[in-house]
Amino acid sequence: MELILAVVSGCLFAASFYLLMRRNLLRFVIGIIILGNAVNLLIFTMGRLTRAQPPVIPYDAKIPPEPYANPLPQALILTAIVISFGLLAFTLVLIYRNYTVGRTMDADGLDQAEPNESLDVYEDEKRLPA
Amino acid sequence: MLLAVLSVFVVAALAPLVVRLLGRAAGWVLGLLPLGLFGYFVRYLPAVGHGETVRETHPWMPALDAPASFYLDGLSLLFALLVTGIGALIVVYAGGYMAGSDELGRFYVQLLGFMGAMLGLVLADNILLFFIFFELTSLTSYLLIGFYHNEESSRAAARQALIVTGSGGLALLAGLLLLSQVTGTLELSQMLAMGETVRQHPYYLGIFILVCAGAFTKSAQFPFHFWLPAAMAGPTPVSAYLHSATMVKAGGFLLARLSPVLGGTAVWTGTLTVVGGFTMVLTAWLALRYTDLKQILAYTTTMVLGLLTMLLGVGTAEAVAAMVTFTVVHALYKGGLFMMAGSIDHETGTRNVRELGGLRGAMPLTAAGGLATALSMSGIPPLFGFIGKEVTYEAALHAPSGGLVLLAAGVLANGALIASGLVVGLKPFFGERSGALTRDPHEAPASMWLGPAVLGTLGLAFGVYPALIDHTLLQSAQAGILQESHDLHLALWHGLTPAFFASLATFALGFGLFFAWDRLQPSIAMAGLGRVFGNGPGAVFERGLYGLSRTGHQVTRAIQTGQFRWYLFAIFSSVIVLVGGALLAEATITLPSSIGEARYYEVALAVLIVLSALAAVRANDRFVAILALSIGGYSVALLYLLFGAPDLAMTQFSVETLSLILLVIVLIHLPGIEGTEPLSRRIRDALVATGVGAVFTVIMSITLTMPLDLRVSEYLASNSYTEAQGHNIVNVILVDFRGLDTMGEITVLTMAAIGVFVLMRMPSIRKPALQPSGDGQPADPEVAGVSAPDAEATGPAEAP
Repeated sequence: MELILAVVSGCLFAASFYLLMRRNLLRFVIGIIILGNAVNLLIFTMGRLTRAQPPVIPYDAKIPPEPYANPLPQALILTAIVISFGLLAFTLVLIYRNYTVGRTMDADGLDQAEPNESLDVYEDEKRLPA
Repeated sequence: MLLAVLSVFVVAALAPLVVRLLGRAAGWVLGLLPLGLFGYFVRYLPAVGHGETVRETHPWMPALDAPASFYLDGLSLLFALLVTGIGALIVVYAGGYMAGSDELGRFYVQLLGFMGAMLGLVLADNILLFFIFFELTSLTSYLLIGFYHNEESSRAAARQALIVTGSGGLALLAGLLLLSQVTGTLELSQMLAMGETVRQHPYYLGIFILVCAGAFTKSAQFPFHFWLPAAMAGPTPVSAYLHSATMVKAGGFLLARLSPVLGGTAVWTGTLTVVGGFTMVLTAWLALRYTDLKQILAYTTTMVLGLLTMLLGVGTAEAVAAMVTFTVVHALYKGGLFMMAGSIDHETGTRNVRELGGLRGAMPLTAAGGLATALSMSGIPPLFGFIGKEVTYEAALHAPSGGLVLLAAGVLANGALIASGLVVGLKPFFGERSGALTRDPHEAPASMWLGPAVLGTLGLAFGVYPALIDHTLLQSAQAGILQESHDLHLALWHGLTPAFFASLATFALGFGLFFAWDRLQPSIAMAGLGRVFGNGPGAVFERGLYGLSRTGHQVTRAIQTGQFRWYLFAIFSSVIVLVGGALLAEATITLPSSIGEARYYEVALAVLIVLSALAAVRANDRFVAILALSIGGYSVALLYLLFGAPDLAMTQFSVETLSLILLVIVLIHLPGIEGTEPLSRRIRDALVATGVGAVFTVIMSITLTMPLDLRVSEYLASNSYTEAQGHNIVNVILVDFRGLDTMGEITVLTMAAIGVFVLMRMPSIRKPALQPSGDGQPADPEVAGVSAPDAEATGPAEAP
């Protein structure tokens, strides 16, 4: 099953990266969401899968009964899910804001903030006097 | 000697104070320092003249075993005397030349700093110290050449000088370090005895090339000769000092100093003779092209530097004698002539020889000094220049090979030099004035005619009575270069030798050129020469410099397109090539042998996740895409649930729901995602994306075959209850074992929330869609839109 999830995760990465490279910023956001899932699946699979117990200690015990699922990747993914949501919210509002100001959803339009030909290197006439 | 060098820097630091206190007399007072140092070094003359050397060490960098050591022999004494002696005259001269200028204090700081650097350079024994002073001369001359820093041409000339001499200095550093590796010492004085070792060493050629790069750039040898004439953009006292006694001689000094170590080989003789000889002839003739006094003099300086290099290349005792003699000859006349040119400029407002004439009545003392130095430059007997020329010819004739070629080159160059000397020395003072002068010329102040007068007198004295210096100073300098003593005897009259006849031929050529100068100077041939060799290399240099920044700009623009997609594409491609390539290169990749146990509903979920992602990619409607996303997200949550992670499943369910709501709310206000990009680009991106995905899958598969280290997980599981009193291990990890991480997570979420809040509450400025406009004009509506409220706000206030 791990191998299947490795393929699934790879497919999600591919879908996400394809979307990240699109001009439309909404597609970019969709790519980010898929990327979060892809990474979480990667961490989850790398911690190995068990269909057994969740990592919970019964009330009458001090250690969980074997076998139990690996708790460490779960803790990592839990954090990651929440952070992904924060990222999604911020990105989405940023894009919305960009749209209200610039009326564009074009990723290539975002370089308007960068001056393109501002470097004064074409000053050929400022040479030494003959 | 350390104190001598340091005193110059100390006085340099105090110079602005002296100028403020003493005003116009500052030059005379500050001139006492180099004069005193001149006296200090003259005291060494008897001892050094008898072949003694003085070495002085002070602790400096004990960790590197590098003391601050100084070494005084005939060669360094000669240069120390030139630096301080002419320096004294220049300091006094500058006081008159720049009288009344607000910047005199700053000027003296730089000039004296330059003098200190030059003095340190000729005296230093430790090569690290030598290099520091070498670069310090580049740096201070940069400041001095660019002294009129509000003029573009000054800045360009200064930059040119700094880049040319500075990069040469770096090459020199590499050469010196190699040299110290070969010889095992940092002291020049110890290297002098190890010439045989160095010349046999495989590094010899590299050392030679690097040292030559340093010396040729500093001494303005072809093709680096262009920076020196441009350097006349600096104030005239600087030019006078730079050309006569210091900076440019540093290259010659370097070659002379290292000639016992590096000299005598075929490559040394060949390179120095050819480069020096070519520079000599070329720039001597280039000098005839110009009418600006300083520019003529600048080109004749490079001519002399070429001559000195050539003589060092020949390397016989006679040639070295000629080299040291001509060094003194040139220092005396060139310092005087530049000061004269500055005085004329100062009193008449022009340096153009075509406009000048008949000044001998108005400026008799300047005329006398200028004439004496100019005639010395032209090599007219009985001045010292004549002797300099004679010994040069003798040395050329007796060169081991190619003597006649060298003599012919010498005659050709000296003929042009005579003409230049006469143009510079005669035209301003005799004949009729042709241009209308902006000022009424009168005699320059004493501080300004003193220099040419003293130097002219010395040129005459040494010419008539060369015994004043030949046995003492010059002979010991020659011994310093050759590391063996020869008898050096100079005389005006050598008899009817071949050199004498060569001198006669030179006079004929020189006077002929002088009388033809009025027609020769503006001729097409000379203009072509000036364009190709005079301005050409400098223009190539400047074009190269701008080409460099333009290329940098273009490369940056090509890489930094400002398009995020392109950056991602580059990163992903790199991942495929580098990581994927590394995986392919790894021969022993083991993939899992089977897919392991998989139940049908698990496989169905996996297929659903992939299909939903595919649907999100393919969707042309934003809501379809979101729906597909949600299906995928919930499926992942179910997977978590199946594999023992209910906490993850719950979190994923809630976040997925929240995301869906958020997306719908925002997307209502945004346009759709309809519209497609060109098929070729989509295919290209799909290939790259699939490639990276495949790389990830392969990495994961390989990792799956490796044993999993569960120690941390087991520690957390077994201590969860005993240490932290919690039953849910994942929760305990989050709030206890990794509590700080969770706090960081909360902080990130808070910042994101604040960001969202601020972005939503910011006052909305509506701008029209930014069009990528080629004309570079600011979009007018945008300007109007932004500034209109301001205008309204300020308008009424200003109205009454």
